[in-house]
Amino acid sequence: MLVKTIFSGFGGQGVLMMGISFAHSGMSKGYHVTFLPAYGAEMRGGTANCTVAIADEEIASPVASEPNNLVVMNAPSLFTFQNKITTGGSIFLNSSIVNEEPHRHDVKVFRVPCSDLAQNLGNIRVANTIMMGAFIRVSAVVTPEIYLKSLETIMGSRKKALAELNRKAFMAGFECVNET
Amino acid sequence: MNKVLMSGNHIIGEAAIRAGCRFYAGYPITPQNELTEYMAENMRNVTGGIFIQSESEIAAINMIAGSSAAGLRVMTSSSSPGISLKQEGISSMAACELPGVIVNIMRGGPGLGNIRPSQGDYFQATRGGGHGDYRTIVLAPASCQELADLTMEGFDLADKYRNPVMILADGMMGQMMEPVIFKKPKPRVYNEKFMLRGAGSGKSKFIHGLILDPIDMEEHNWKLARKYAVISKNETHYEEYKIDDAQMVLVAYGTAARIAKGAIKRLRSHGMQVGLFRPITLWPFPELQLRDLSSKIKQFLVFEMSTGQMLDDVRLALQGYADIQFHGRPGGAVPTPSELANVIAKHYKKND
Repeated sequence: MLVKTIFSGFGGQGVLMMGISFAHSGMSKGYHVTFLPAYGAEMRGGTANCTVAIADEEIASPVASEPNNLVVMNAPSLFTFQNKITTGGSIFLNSSIVNEEPHRHDVKVFRVPCSDLAQNLGNIRVANTIMMGAFIRVSAVVTPEIYLKSLETIMGSRKKALAELNRKAFMAGFECVNET
Repeated sequence: MNKVLMSGNHIIGEAAIRAGCRFYAGYPITPQNELTEYMAENMRNVTGGIFIQSESEIAAINMIAGSSAAGLRVMTSSSSPGISLKQEGISSMAACELPGVIVNIMRGGPGLGNIRPSQGDYFQATRGGGHGDYRTIVLAPASCQELADLTMEGFDLADKYRNPVMILADGMMGQMMEPVIFKKPKPRVYNEKFMLRGAGSGKSKFIHGLILDPIDMEEHNWKLARKYAVISKNETHYEEYKIDDAQMVLVAYGTAARIAKGAIKRLRSHGMQVGLFRPITLWPFPELQLRDLSSKIKQFLVFEMSTGQMLDDVRLALQGYADIQFHGRPGGAVPTPSELANVIAKHYKKND
């Protein structure tokens, strides 16, 4: 088993946090994991992305030339990465912001209105956690319990209210998709 | 022991502090900035820990030379152009037999180049880099776990041989996160007589690299050479991967070796028996171990993220006993395992 996922969006949308928390949950389940952020002379308001590989054996390259999953939080990321996804892979779209349709027809597309759902919950900043709810359900690499525990570990245990909000956000995303 | 998820740069910093590094000086440069940042944040939490952001790379290397002479475990870090600036200081540390760890998180070059992962500093690292007749021990980790282990080992080797040790990795290793377990560091073994801590009522001690008398200088050079010979004999490390039934062997280190492993998995699923020889110490290079392989394997392919530098060492090791092919991607381009697999498949000849 080897699952490679690219998380992408604007800087500030919590794209790296999605990757780190997913990688951490993979580690908690005992898998081999790598997390590779895109780094460089990025502009404010520019794009951010990271690649997470999770496998049951040693991971050779942390780069994904043909990722299984693509999580897209804004439209530019869709154009940048959609050609890379392997046939039969999945795209997770932040459908609140991304109005464009993927041109790939050999992949599954999951539309999650995560910015809208986040606003309903009263905090736009949990849009990434909502997306993770949908992503964790469909990708089925780790259980929701393991993921949420990892998220709490990374966020720190001091902010009880934040943990509660994240949990709610995660469930909102989890419930808005079907596995198939 | 606890597994934690950390980025390569942070791991080097944590491993160094755990290994007893108490003096770090550095100057910012991408892609190693997170290491300097980590030391700034965490050095102050340990007793006697000193962090200095120096005014330049040259100042940093000379600060660690001084602190090393005073008996501390010391480290500095930079990326390619910054490491070039440090070379005079590294040469000086080798001459004065001062232990210290120097981290080079390589970027694309030459010149300022770019900040993408590359392996163009192999020659500089393994041939001494600075002026004069000297060597530095060069360790080339290929995973975050190895970054932790080799950083700790680097300090032990530096003390054991009283010599600078270089950790040679690239931007990908520095930025990537992987799970890591920090092993218990060994207690430091370093004779106090090598430390300058004030003569007190005893005899004055000197550490100096300026030896004007040519016969004395020659003797010092031969003394260093004998030390390097001992290091070559005792401290050569490498990994063999799927070598037993291999018809062809790749030679690659660091990030390139990981890509090579990915390519090998693909090739083996198509029935091609390819293995990997991965030097972990680049100096001393595992020359004899590689030559031994040529008694049964006649096809080698060197893969580097450069235009071909370790290639020279592989040629010297194999001495014409086997065919050597080369594939390189310099300048910060990171090839995929499938690209490399295609290249290898072209060169692979099935033995009858």
